[in-house]
Amino acid sequence: MAGKTLFDKIWDAHVVEEIKGGPSVLYIDRHLVHEVTSPQAFAGLDKRGISVFRPEQTIATPDHNVPTINQHLNIKDELSRFQVNKLTENCKKHGIALYGLNHPFHGIVHVMGPQLGITQPGLTMVCGDSHTSTHGAFGSVAFGIGTSEVEMVLATQCILQPKPKKMRITVDGELSTGVTAKDVVLYIISKISASGGTGYFIEYAGSAIRSLSMEGRMTVCNMSIESGARGGLIAPDETTFEYIKGREFAPSGADFDRAVERWKRLKSDADALFDKELHFDAADIEPMITYGTNPGMGAKITDRIPAVEDIDPATRESYKKALAYMDFEAGSPIAGRKVDYIFVGSCTNGRIEDLREVARFVKGKRKADHVTAWIVPGSKQVEEQAHREGITETLEAAGFKLRQPGCSACLAMNDDKIPEGMLAVATTNRNFEGRQGPGARTMLASPLTAAVAAVTGKVTDPRDLL
Amino acid sequence: MAIEKFQSVESPAVPLPIENVDTDQIIPARFLKATTRQGFGENLFRDWRYDKHNNPIKDFVLNNKSFSGTILVAGKNFGSGSSREHAAWAIHDYGFKVVVSSFFADIFKNNALNNGLLPVQVSGKFLEALFKAIEKDASTLISVDLEEQRISIPASGESEHFEINPYKKACLLNGYDDIDYLLSIKDKIVQYEKSRS
Repeated sequence: MAGKTLFDKIWDAHVVEEIKGGPSVLYIDRHLVHEVTSPQAFAGLDKRGISVFRPEQTIATPDHNVPTINQHLNIKDELSRFQVNKLTENCKKHGIALYGLNHPFHGIVHVMGPQLGITQPGLTMVCGDSHTSTHGAFGSVAFGIGTSEVEMVLATQCILQPKPKKMRITVDGELSTGVTAKDVVLYIISKISASGGTGYFIEYAGSAIRSLSMEGRMTVCNMSIESGARGGLIAPDETTFEYIKGREFAPSGADFDRAVERWKRLKSDADALFDKELHFDAADIEPMITYGTNPGMGAKITDRIPAVEDIDPATRESYKKALAYMDFEAGSPIAGRKVDYIFVGSCTNGRIEDLREVARFVKGKRKADHVTAWIVPGSKQVEEQAHREGITETLEAAGFKLRQPGCSACLAMNDDKIPEGMLAVATTNRNFEGRQGPGARTMLASPLTAAVAAVTGKVTDPRDLL
Repeated sequence: MAIEKFQSVESPAVPLPIENVDTDQIIPARFLKATTRQGFGENLFRDWRYDKHNNPIKDFVLNNKSFSGTILVAGKNFGSGSSREHAAWAIHDYGFKVVVSSFFADIFKNNALNNGLLPVQVSGKFLEALFKAIEKDASTLISVDLEEQRISIPASGESEHFEINPYKKACLLNGYDDIDYLLSIKDKIVQYEKSRS
């Protein structure tokens, strides 16, 4: 019999029951909750007259709709305030730990979990947010769920879930200068398309993936969902253990050593069979950027936008619609376009390493006058570390505006919207129509590429300036 | 708590021949601030349906009076992106009972099924046939029979079998709720927890 994949090992160990001809009853170790996808789930519990089954396994923080200025004041927007207050109320009622605005642990759920050591190898984790795939970077099975499923987890610590197929994506070789984790994942999605991962759970492997820091690995796993995959994971190694060590909720002392012994066994067997295997060469990856309205529409920053004739006739209408929205011409070069906004932040690239990368590049430089540059740290801890390391000073001296933690302009639920028609280079995960505000045009790229665009005022190959 | 039972539907359909319709198009994030499940239909496809002055955009299919019905027929990879269940709520709240596409995003599919909205995945060829039939005559009836797992165009006799997980099928036909089921096996869940410690 063939060996097992890492995904199978973790999934199978969490199956409480298999329903004949149906989904598995999957036990969930850690559940993260935010203000937008949870109120209806809590209301469901009330309607049934039941309470949260295992409150200590759920952790909450408001991130999607919170303002990123004046967080010490009452939230101005009435609906947002109501939703955030509702979360506070629900957590209090059910005994759930809440890291609210101004709490030192507050942040985007997928930045908060890992940096507090809540995310650990071998766990099952869910959240009512598709970017829960981020936590797979630690070798956990983590994926996004809908609100009905949030209610299931609150009520029983389990969900009903069909088991996905397994795909392994191996990236071997050395990444060249100017190529970051974000470029790796944008490259993968450009190759397999925005639906190529649907039905699968991805394991990322290979020397190029191993060489990434935990922050980089989180960026890669975070965007698994942008290929349609439910989640992505990376087998834990010394980089993982080193990151977890000493964090707030990580095991300590002898417990940590025992945990590491256990975590070391978490990998796919050499003879494990995957439903699909893909291999990429790191040397082929260059700085990437998207030009369309789904994350699969990405290319090397030095490329031209594909000509209509080069697009599959069946999808040409959708392709033309995307370019019309972006106001881009098929066949034109991607680089050189004037940029109005740059946005660095989100659960994809709002971690300390991302801010460091931007600061390293802009130190001693100045952003172009016509560019508005927003930096939104992923969490309070990231914000404070940026202050301690002098990153804030560097960025402000370069004309960048540092805001307070939250999801912000990634989905523009709060007031942080890119104005209609404006072109933004964003370090976020989605370039959908109107994602960053009605009529906003988004090009997804790495923090480095965003920083370079801020300084030159146009889409620029970062390697030209390194 | 039971969900609405689903058996079969026969209705004209609303065509949306666009690929990769993501959940941000179905319901933009700025409309996710409600704390109940109702009322999202009003903002379904908001930015395709209304301009910035809230005037209906004539070209958009939901504003075209020739099209009506409880079946939405959409292009490949429907419901990609965010996990927001609000997308399924909005489609259901607007009045649709079935969404047909040649490919669905995983989370959207689960969310739809959990709300009595049936996602019917058909072949690319059958999807084309549906679009053609609707284009020719907007009042063409489409029939969806869950028990038989069959979608058909009665006028032309074209039809196709569709797949659905047998458990989910039983849930929809009988109006069963997943949470009721999970609550009924709580002893087993507690036993599982004990076996791990």
